[in-house]
Amino acid sequence: MTAALALGDDALVLSHRLGEWAGHAPVLEEEVALANIALDLLGQARTLLSLVGDEDELAYLREERAFRNLQLVEQPNGDFAHTIARQLYFSTYQRLLYGQLAAGDGELTGLAAKAVKEVAYHQDHAEQWTLRLGDGTAESHERMQRACDALWRFTGEMFQPVEGLDVDREALRSAWLESVTTVLKRATLTVPDTADTGAWSAGAGRQGLHTESFGRMLAEMQHLHRSHPGASW
Amino acid sequence: MNTSKDWPLWEVFVRSRRGLSHTHAGSLHAPDAEMALRNARDLYTRRNEGVSIWVVPSTAITASSPDEKDPFFEPSADKPYRHPTFYEIPEGVKHL
Repeated sequence: MTAALALGDDALVLSHRLGEWAGHAPVLEEEVALANIALDLLGQARTLLSLVGDEDELAYLREERAFRNLQLVEQPNGDFAHTIARQLYFSTYQRLLYGQLAAGDGELTGLAAKAVKEVAYHQDHAEQWTLRLGDGTAESHERMQRACDALWRFTGEMFQPVEGLDVDREALRSAWLESVTTVLKRATLTVPDTADTGAWSAGAGRQGLHTESFGRMLAEMQHLHRSHPGASW
Repeated sequence: MNTSKDWPLWEVFVRSRRGLSHTHAGSLHAPDAEMALRNARDLYTRRNEGVSIWVVPSTAITASSPDEKDPFFEPSADKPYRHPTFYEIPEGVKHL
């Protein structure tokens, strides 16, 4: 169940990152929006990880190297523009991926068919903000461009093969690029022309290799469960 | 462009079921109408409360003033012929 683990870890890790905005978002309305997206992703993660094993054990008791999520989703929230760029890149990928899976008849079809509607909203949310930040003030434009550039090198990993994930990766990649390019251009932003993978990334998150900040995120996510095994509300 | 740093206030109206009217659900801040609609979705319809949302800039609403309450609302009470209470309601009629 490599595929369910990879997609489940994507959803879990991004859910946790978005949850970090609680109490810190620029405005209350946006905080609720980000928390809603985080909860959608957490629901997907629970379904996917349950296909692999015990969801709590998988979420709370694995070491960093055992996580199979993309490096993109573990990147720190940064400023609001970074969070939105990460959302744009990932939700566009996830909607196209789930769209393909929903049309198939594999083990993930049911989940994908349900989740694709949630993810379509996540993508819309990211696109609306990309347009407003990119085509907003000089400062918002600069920050949004900086965020899109900084995260670009994590986007190539989304189109690497994953065992058990039966999708047309080339179609996924071209559809993703077209969609993201359209939004960035409308937002008066420049599509980064730098490499979409780091030479150092070596297959990266899907192989269990993660970036520096991920360990700290895991420590925070897991510490309660590890300090008080079996604790419940 | 609005130079204020605060986003404008919007009033949210939600239709809970087809056939019913939109009902005032609350208000929220948003930079523009499209974002107000999305915020309204997140704040007021996440638990299946609605099938349709309207958002209206709060400044576009003209409200009656509490000071004018008497001339506005009192006269009708002493004119009983304004109230449709003089006929029998047939049995079996609901929602009246």
